[in-house]
Amino acid sequence: MSHDDVLNPKQMPHDPEKATLEGKNKFLAFWFFLGGETVLFASLFGTYLALNRSTAGENTPENLFGLELVFIMTMLLLTSSLTSVYAMYHMKNHDFKKMQLWLGITVALGLAFLGFEIYEFVHYIHEYEFTFRSSAFGSAFYTLVGFHGGHVLFGLCWIVTLMIRNSKRGLNLYNAPKFYIASLYWHFIDVVWVFIFTVVYLMGKVG
Amino acid sequence: MSTALAQNRGLGAMIWDYLTTVDHKKIAHLYLVAGGFFFLIGGLEAMLIRIQLMKPDNDFISAGLYNEMITMHGTTMIFLAAMPLIFALMNAVVPLQIGARDVAFPFLNSLGFWLFLFGGVILNVSWFTGGAPDAGWTNYAPLSTVSPGHGVDYYVMGLQISGAGTLIGGINFLVTIVNMRAPGMTYMRMPLFTWAVFVTSALILFAFPALTVGLFLMMFDRMFGSVFFDTAAGGNAIIWEHLFWIFGHPEVYILILPLFGAFSDIFSTFSKKRLFGYSAMVFATVLIGFLGFMVWAHHMFTVGMGPIANSIFAVATMAIAVPTGIKIFNWMFTMWGGNIRMTAAMLWSVAFIPSFTIGGMTGVMLAAAAADYQYHDTYFVVGHFHYVIVGGVVFGLFAALHYWWPKMFGKILNEKLGKLAFWPFFIGFHLTFFIQHFLGLMGMPRRYWVFLEGQGLEAGNLISTIGAFLMAIGTVIFLVNVVYTSVKAKKVSGDPWDGRTLEWSIPSPPPHYNFTQTPLVRGLDPLWVEKSEGKKGMTPAEPLGDIHMPNASILPFLISLGLFIAGFGFIYQVDNKAWLILVFLGMGLTLGSMLTRSLKDDLGHHIHKEELEKDLEKGAGE
Repeated sequence: MSHDDVLNPKQMPHDPEKATLEGKNKFLAFWFFLGGETVLFASLFGTYLALNRSTAGENTPENLFGLELVFIMTMLLLTSSLTSVYAMYHMKNHDFKKMQLWLGITVALGLAFLGFEIYEFVHYIHEYEFTFRSSAFGSAFYTLVGFHGGHVLFGLCWIVTLMIRNSKRGLNLYNAPKFYIASLYWHFIDVVWVFIFTVVYLMGKVG
Repeated sequence: MSTALAQNRGLGAMIWDYLTTVDHKKIAHLYLVAGGFFFLIGGLEAMLIRIQLMKPDNDFISAGLYNEMITMHGTTMIFLAAMPLIFALMNAVVPLQIGARDVAFPFLNSLGFWLFLFGGVILNVSWFTGGAPDAGWTNYAPLSTVSPGHGVDYYVMGLQISGAGTLIGGINFLVTIVNMRAPGMTYMRMPLFTWAVFVTSALILFAFPALTVGLFLMMFDRMFGSVFFDTAAGGNAIIWEHLFWIFGHPEVYILILPLFGAFSDIFSTFSKKRLFGYSAMVFATVLIGFLGFMVWAHHMFTVGMGPIANSIFAVATMAIAVPTGIKIFNWMFTMWGGNIRMTAAMLWSVAFIPSFTIGGMTGVMLAAAAADYQYHDTYFVVGHFHYVIVGGVVFGLFAALHYWWPKMFGKILNEKLGKLAFWPFFIGFHLTFFIQHFLGLMGMPRRYWVFLEGQGLEAGNLISTIGAFLMAIGTVIFLVNVVYTSVKAKKVSGDPWDGRTLEWSIPSPPPHYNFTQTPLVRGLDPLWVEKSEGKKGMTPAEPLGDIHMPNASILPFLISLGLFIAGFGFIYQVDNKAWLILVFLGMGLTLGSMLTRSLKDDLGHHIHKEELEKDLEKGAGE
């Protein structure tokens, strides 16, 4: 049996992302990877919590953060998680076109989020002269939020790459796991943002 | 890829083969050679340290060079020697022990190796570019953040890159062990070595990201002007210590657990008994791994965390002695009443028990927080951790290499030379490190480049240095043995030790697809189960058919090379922003290679049934 027959069966299985051994391996490995990522962000959160009051007499969380902007960003990212669920729903129903559509919406929402984040950073730097170097709080803030932003950027590049690469050939058992773990990654980014929203912005506002 | 093809090729083809290989057995060779090389470098650094401390007020090497020497000795031995040698064993053995044809992600396996190698090379290039890192292997801030020159930058980039490789390896082995086991190989039938690698991989997964973050913060502070560890700007140097040890304490279990597993297999094989208390051994391994995450602050008793925190970490640390004690007793009970063969592998294993136990006892002494104020940063600590790391990890590596050498290379390491290497090493080891406990109690601090005359430290230090030379002699004899064996020794069968586990059911060295037919596992020590029923080998679990294998690829090498280039860019952009060009070039190569990997389908290839039948006729697969 050639690879083509194996990867493009006449009847696609219900869970195309876990139908092959390679798919199962990727699925499990990615969960493990997210476990490691959890420790990574936990370390960053720990560092942030240790340093968020170390403002060296400069900008404090209270006078910097504006919850309106952060609220919009949170809504954008949470919605993008929902749309990526829709994409996976259509993947499981083997509807490639609708999957691509919802992934496209996910990417658009992610881009909007990233745009707001860049605006936020630029705003802090220019209006408040609050930078990576101004205080330990500044270093910790930009590192934690910046690591998250970097993850968003990587996730966007990843999903777009997958969408373009597979746009002509449709869904098969080789690329289904790839789409699936990219969406897992997207959910993880979203969960981290929920914690950033709470720990950095809300707690920063109420002290 | 037939064996005939493999024989008709030149050196260039062989190098290309190793650069692109995704075969876990060849990657094991790479790890072994690279790890062995770094072990020799680390050993050389140790000898220079001991020569400097041979007599009082010695000026054999300068104070600055001494600091570089101790930093590089520790860093090299932990990250570039012990870890890769353990990965060599994991790669060589685990897929065979669970009846798999390769690891879950052969491509990532290769990537993990090249990342480790390039990280190690970066670290050692520092010797030739103006000075190695000199803030100790623990690299505490603020000593490290203010260390002049680029030494510490090399530490940061080297460990970041090689650490990424280790993390990838950890995930790979977790998935391999969960998903790739042969039919019938349930968790509670896995050999102890595989179990230990499983737990170790979980430790790697949850410990290394803390180091990743610590190294990033250090990198940002040193190269990009952040102030995490700068108290003047509100930073906090203790954060580094916490992050380092949240990684660093699990790391010592990452080092020792796989060797605990190897000892278990060795004791069982050479006592001709199944392992005593198998389930208790598994439980103890898991428990050590679990507790290993809640004791990191015992490295920081003198930081000033307060009596409550110190007490909690002291008690947690002492608790680890319980599962470790379970293991020590079970190994002895395994030998008890067994039909013992004192091979070289067994000799190292038997010597390990008392040596490691001494290290464990001093560990409990150090865990007593109040007493630790006396021991802290003295040679007592140096004595303690060398007893567990040399007496445990290095003895374990020698034992495991003797035990699995025939499986890796098809030849038994010469037993006489093996024992001849053991004795000077064993005696030298105790000479070197036993006396160091007393030097520490007498007040000799660690990391000082000289000690003074007339304080009663002369004899102890001289004895320690003599011991170090004996260990070097033992190591050289082992190397001679490797050369002698590869030239003189005859090929042996697939099962030279009368083994019990799956790896001994296939030829030595195994064909690149490992198992012609996936074996059916019917109990603990599966090969022994078959032997005790009078069968010669394993019962196959599948008919003879095409085997699917992964394709070789140069991309892992290129991805790692890119990070290597970018590493230099990061280090030197501090001096001149023009160096950023290396960052863009290197990251471009890395990301470009990753993109290529993503865009280009890699479906692997099939080995056809006819080819397998030909191999079988030639005697493979029996």
